[in-house]
Amino acid sequence: MSTVTAPTQGAASQGAVGGSTPGSRKAPITYAVLGLFALVVFGLLGQPGSSTFSVSTRTDLFQITPIGVPSRLTAIVLALVCLGLAAFAALRAKEGRRTPGWVAGTFAAAFVLAFLTWAVAGESIPFTGLLQGTLFLAVPLVFGALSGVMCERVGVINIAIEGQLLAGAFLAAVAASLSGNVYAGLIAAPIAGVLVALLLAVFTITYAVNQIIVGVVLNVLVVGVTGFLYSTVLTVNASSWNQPPGLQRIAIPLLSEIPVLGPVLFRQNLIVYLMYAAVIVANIALFRSKWGLRVRAVGEHPRAADTVGIKVNATRFKNVLLGGAIAGLGGAFFTIGAGLAFGKEMTAGKGYIALAAMIFGRWSPKGALGAALLFGFAEQLRISLGIVGTGIPSQFMLMTPYLVTIFAVAGLVGRVRPPAANGTHYAKS
Amino acid sequence: MSTPEDHQNAGEPMPGAPRPGAAREGTAQTSAEQAAPAQTGSGQPGHVGRSEEDRSANLVHEILSSSWLLSLLALVVALAVGGVLIAAADEQVQEAAGYLFARPTDFIGAAWSAVSEAYVALFHGAVFDGQSATFTRSIRSVTETLTVSTPLILAGLGVALAFRASLFNIGAQGQIIMGATFAAWVGFTWHLPVGVHVVVAVLAGILGGALWGAIPGFLRARTGAHEVIVTIMLNYIAVYLISYLLITPAFQRPGSSNPVSPLLDDTALYPLLLGSGFRLHAGFLVAIAATAFVWWLLNRSTVGFRFRAVGLNPHAARTAGIKVEWAYVLVMIVAGGLAGLAGTAQVMGTEKYLTAGIAASFGFDAITVALLGRSRPIGVFFAGLLFGALRAGGVTMQARTGTPIDIVLVVQSVIVLLIAAPPLVRAIFRLPAPNSRPRSARPAAVKEAQA
Repeated sequence: MSTVTAPTQGAASQGAVGGSTPGSRKAPITYAVLGLFALVVFGLLGQPGSSTFSVSTRTDLFQITPIGVPSRLTAIVLALVCLGLAAFAALRAKEGRRTPGWVAGTFAAAFVLAFLTWAVAGESIPFTGLLQGTLFLAVPLVFGALSGVMCERVGVINIAIEGQLLAGAFLAAVAASLSGNVYAGLIAAPIAGVLVALLLAVFTITYAVNQIIVGVVLNVLVVGVTGFLYSTVLTVNASSWNQPPGLQRIAIPLLSEIPVLGPVLFRQNLIVYLMYAAVIVANIALFRSKWGLRVRAVGEHPRAADTVGIKVNATRFKNVLLGGAIAGLGGAFFTIGAGLAFGKEMTAGKGYIALAAMIFGRWSPKGALGAALLFGFAEQLRISLGIVGTGIPSQFMLMTPYLVTIFAVAGLVGRVRPPAANGTHYAKS
Repeated sequence: MSTPEDHQNAGEPMPGAPRPGAAREGTAQTSAEQAAPAQTGSGQPGHVGRSEEDRSANLVHEILSSSWLLSLLALVVALAVGGVLIAAADEQVQEAAGYLFARPTDFIGAAWSAVSEAYVALFHGAVFDGQSATFTRSIRSVTETLTVSTPLILAGLGVALAFRASLFNIGAQGQIIMGATFAAWVGFTWHLPVGVHVVVAVLAGILGGALWGAIPGFLRARTGAHEVIVTIMLNYIAVYLISYLLITPAFQRPGSSNPVSPLLDDTALYPLLLGSGFRLHAGFLVAIAATAFVWWLLNRSTVGFRFRAVGLNPHAARTAGIKVEWAYVLVMIVAGGLAGLAGTAQVMGTEKYLTAGIAASFGFDAITVALLGRSRPIGVFFAGLLFGALRAGGVTMQARTGTPIDIVLVVQSVIVLLIAAPPLVRAIFRLPAPNSRPRSARPAAVKEAQA
């Protein structure tokens, strides 16, 4: 059992990014415990032999030979790095100063690498493939979490992310199949997301129905409608309705030739590049623009926002629709982005993980990206290690994102705080 | 914009939604509930001493604006929406639509036959099958409905109870799974005498659900973690936990490579109510008893009063000396226990062994059941029956007419959406708003009828 909780806690410690209060002893203690754990389990009790990480793909311009390292020694060194960071964090805490953000990041990286070295002892693992898979699994999560950020920053809880992703996936597949043009799908997907978001907005903002209820029910509705149409129309006449063309990979010249990062980041399809843009734009717009200030004001204190002349419900309406469009686009990644036909309930709860990623990312686009990548990594790790074969049951790897989220919302690692007016209806008085 | 009464109406099944003036109303409402805690429909006390004419006008008005009528209309609209989907997906209808303007009757006829066939099959599967040869087979449909309703009612009660304390328990799914897991383990590992075994297994099921429910309650009380997030996450954790357990020697059926548990001992099964020809089991009686228990708990017990007080206004409740945190933990324990009972109904009655899909989607449907039942125990009972009927009928519909059962999901979600937004239903059918005319007569009654 103890080996099983390890990746969880390692991942959980990332939640402390920027969240440690000055002088808090929680983080250094967590680091120290995890570091010792890594030293003993991954290092001293690890198997002798070497762990091999292959970093180059076959098409790379610069070929790098696979890196083979002695498993135990490497794990011990990495664990010592962890312990060193723990000592550094303790020192800062003693001085009453904030631990810099890079400490948590480096710690997590070192811990995960130690874990990997231990897990693949005597075997080889494609490191680039691991990262590629991580990004692949993270893309819908990033879009979903961004959608959540857009809605919750104006005070509307968006549980319907799952439904928006599913609707986007469905309409993207249908539109792309019917027109034979993949870009038609790319346009249809956000429309589907907006339609779901429109229902969310009308019921929560116009009719003041509880936001969580509407979200939950909309998810059921979308599952029902898409499932029904899938069984009746899409399967009966699959060749014309459900054989979407896939988006082409676009390799960005030069950038795609960077070792390791190039193939991972810059040999992707259009949706992934849109994702990069969306995260950057959303982050700047939310925290550096007049629009963002207004949006956040509506989410934190709608009455104050109203007092200074911001139209609260109009802002909410627009943002919910925007969020729907973003999630719908993310949904397209399931079908045309991955080159797959639509399948019943193919989003499989990804919308809820996206919700978790948004919370874990502290309601910011940047944080959502990090959290989504983390959750994607956890799942990809399960797939990769499932091939290599370790003692850890895959179910526990799959649990990781959910456990981490509970730890995060329960405040066991740092504190997450939603926008103050989240979930409330605003009626002008 | 909606009126305060609408907020009441819309806000009630979802007490988490802060209402304008909630703080102001809270204590007054609490005392009103205390004074007249009975279930209410139209025609409640408070009408005494008014003229007959006034009374009947009032009655018509109340019926027109009552929640029962709204629920019925919501069902009608939902079936209509489902009908549109069924017709749209029907091949003959699509064909006839091609020459719609040449012969519109063909189109209408095709649409009518597609929709009516599907809904007739749904009715046959849910209530009474007129097509079957024997009487026993015709009434099998209604027993199927009751069987499917059982977990829906039990889990729905759990969700509804938490609603009343303003907790949003999305976690019924996980609680059902844990309840079923605990009950199943007792059912196939311990070999106890007849009678004792069932009781012990049921208690284990309650314990499993209650433990899983206690976690979000405790975290909410202790750290303020939002129960919606925690329960959603716990649902997934429960799914992975059960799929892990089912491949361990303690749970996996010996000699099987599938992730299924051994069959439960016969002594650990709910007795069948109508003999071996029907699946209906004593779990349904448990559901009836649980409904009565929750009614008593909410309306007649001090604990239930505290739950409601916390649900209406936690600040006022705290001021009144109620331990709000403890109420959160306790209500989630009871809610989890009820969902655990739903798990026992599944594993000790319907399925007889444990699989990863033991909870099907009952935990999520339970949320819609609780909403449709307006978080009232009796309402939940009938909502559970309705959704059980839709589900049982949906299976027959799919088998006979090929209409996918997913349509049931559409109908269910449209019902709940409309129920949650009474102004919308009133706008569709041009009904009067509940507070539009005889305003003076019944401020307290309105509050009760809708609260």
